[in-house]
Amino acid sequence: MAEAMPGAEALREAIELPQRYRSLWGDAARRFSRNRTAMLGLIVILILATMAALAPVIQRHDPTFQNYSSLRESPNGEFWLGTDLLGRDQWSRLVHGARISLSVGVLTEAVALTIGMIVGLTAALGGRGLDNLMMRVTDIAYAFPDLLMLILLLSIFGPSFLMIFFAIGLVSWPTLARLIRGQILSLQQRDFVLAARAMGASRLRIVVTHLLPNTLGPVIVAAVFGIPFAIFAEAALAFIGLGLPPPTPSWGRLVTDGYSAIRSSPHLVLFSTLAIAITMMSFTFIGDGLRDALDPRTR
Amino acid sequence: MLAYVVRRLLWLIPVLFVVAAITFTLMHMVPGGPWDRAKRLPPQAQANVERKYGLDKPAWRQFSDYMIQLAQGDLGVSYQQLNRPVRAIIWDGAKTSGTLGLIALAVAIFAGIGLGLLAALRQNTVLDYLSVTFATFGASVPAFVLGMLLLILFSAYLHWLPTGGWGTWRQAVMPVTALSVLPTAYIARVTRAAMLEVLQQDYIRTARSKGLRENVVVLRHLVRNGLIPVLTVLGPVAAALVTGSFIIEYLFDIPGIGRYFVTSISARDYGMIMGTTLFYTTVVVVANLIVDILYAVVDPRIRYN
Repeated sequence: MAEAMPGAEALREAIELPQRYRSLWGDAARRFSRNRTAMLGLIVILILATMAALAPVIQRHDPTFQNYSSLRESPNGEFWLGTDLLGRDQWSRLVHGARISLSVGVLTEAVALTIGMIVGLTAALGGRGLDNLMMRVTDIAYAFPDLLMLILLLSIFGPSFLMIFFAIGLVSWPTLARLIRGQILSLQQRDFVLAARAMGASRLRIVVTHLLPNTLGPVIVAAVFGIPFAIFAEAALAFIGLGLPPPTPSWGRLVTDGYSAIRSSPHLVLFSTLAIAITMMSFTFIGDGLRDALDPRTR
Repeated sequence: MLAYVVRRLLWLIPVLFVVAAITFTLMHMVPGGPWDRAKRLPPQAQANVERKYGLDKPAWRQFSDYMIQLAQGDLGVSYQQLNRPVRAIIWDGAKTSGTLGLIALAVAIFAGIGLGLLAALRQNTVLDYLSVTFATFGASVPAFVLGMLLLILFSAYLHWLPTGGWGTWRQAVMPVTALSVLPTAYIARVTRAAMLEVLQQDYIRTARSKGLRENVVVLRHLVRNGLIPVLTVLGPVAAALVTGSFIIEYLFDIPGIGRYFVTSISARDYGMIMGTTLFYTTVVVVANLIVDILYAVVDPRIRYN
């Protein structure tokens, strides 16, 4: 028998392909890093996050200090981005605002993801009755107009920092819940789940090692796309008077203050809207890149 | 099909009921009442207005009275607009908001599908790259930020267009543009991807090889099949245009429903709050239903039973 083995040896060598083992995540990271727009988005966000973290260091003035001898200045050497109607340095307000906008974006998605995960998983795994109940709840939450719910919630509980991201999270979860449920239901029909079940894997093991990791990709993508919505929602709420109370320099507040001075100092609204647009765009680029990187079919 | 539509419309009733119950609870939790002023009303006058509008009754009674009224198609009266019926106010606002939203939707559908189709048919040409670039940037700038940038450029600096108001085409240019760029970009992206996929199908090759003219191939075989994924996104897009328009209405000072909603909350105008929320909810549900019906029209494989 041993003489018959060389062929099998060659076969085994052929099977052990010369290329390295590629895990889903390692592969995704490599493909993400080759995507130029996605990397651009990531770099911009990293720069913004650094600026936000170092805001007290890189600020040029106190962001809430009202300097009445320098009202409404245009951008110059002392005030890089000019000053607002109350003489506050726009650059300092912008870097401090980055702290708020970025954390609203990220924390909000954490809230939405938690609720969406609980509802989606319960619906998909909890049997028919629970599925029906959860999906009807989701339908209703989906039909309830987002901004109206936000306005109501913030009118009741007041626009504190915690409330803002809790409220935005509370309106953002239905899409995630639907996505998670759909993913799990379709994965349960796949052969590898059948195989695991046939080998006697417990229900918990199937959920934890087979279903959850495979839903993660699309869910991460959806969550990243939710971040720009949260940043937009904060700005929109500030604009209709339900943002964080002054003098907190959130970007929404800066846009609102700038809008009231749009004729005399258009640069105020220009810089703050650009900051919002660039941040939202970067997160969208990252989301696009992640979607392409995590979907094996686009290889 | 008819049974399906009827069932979906009947489903609207429990949705509206629950949304009404949630809104009712939330709005009564907002501190303060409709007649709180810096100068307080005399207690007797306060009691009189409260009795007039039924606000002296227990909350459950107010809610059931409202639901009975609602079942008869009566949305009550507005407190801030001298007892004007809420239905009339919403109708007036809806005409404006609806016009704005529908123009923006039409622009987004035609420009988006056109751009996406053109890009797919001329894949990897300059035209394709331009449209992909537009779609990438356009899809990440929200209406309200874009609206502000337009205001700065065309009103504050160039003085070409008025900053707000509604009624002339010059006043409509900026709000429509601001509202439609994002859905245009989004639809263009989805259309391009869907069309590219259909272009690789065997039946397209068959259609071409049997000598059909190119425009027949494009219109009958390509577009009809490629539009299905596009329809999927139209529901959310239409709903976002209707509800999203209200920041734009606020920004450009357009007398649509959105503005009334914001002011009605600060005025504790309960009838208006309930009316606008239920109206928006109906629009969202019906928009999604229309999209589901369109699926069945475009794709004969989809049947509703």
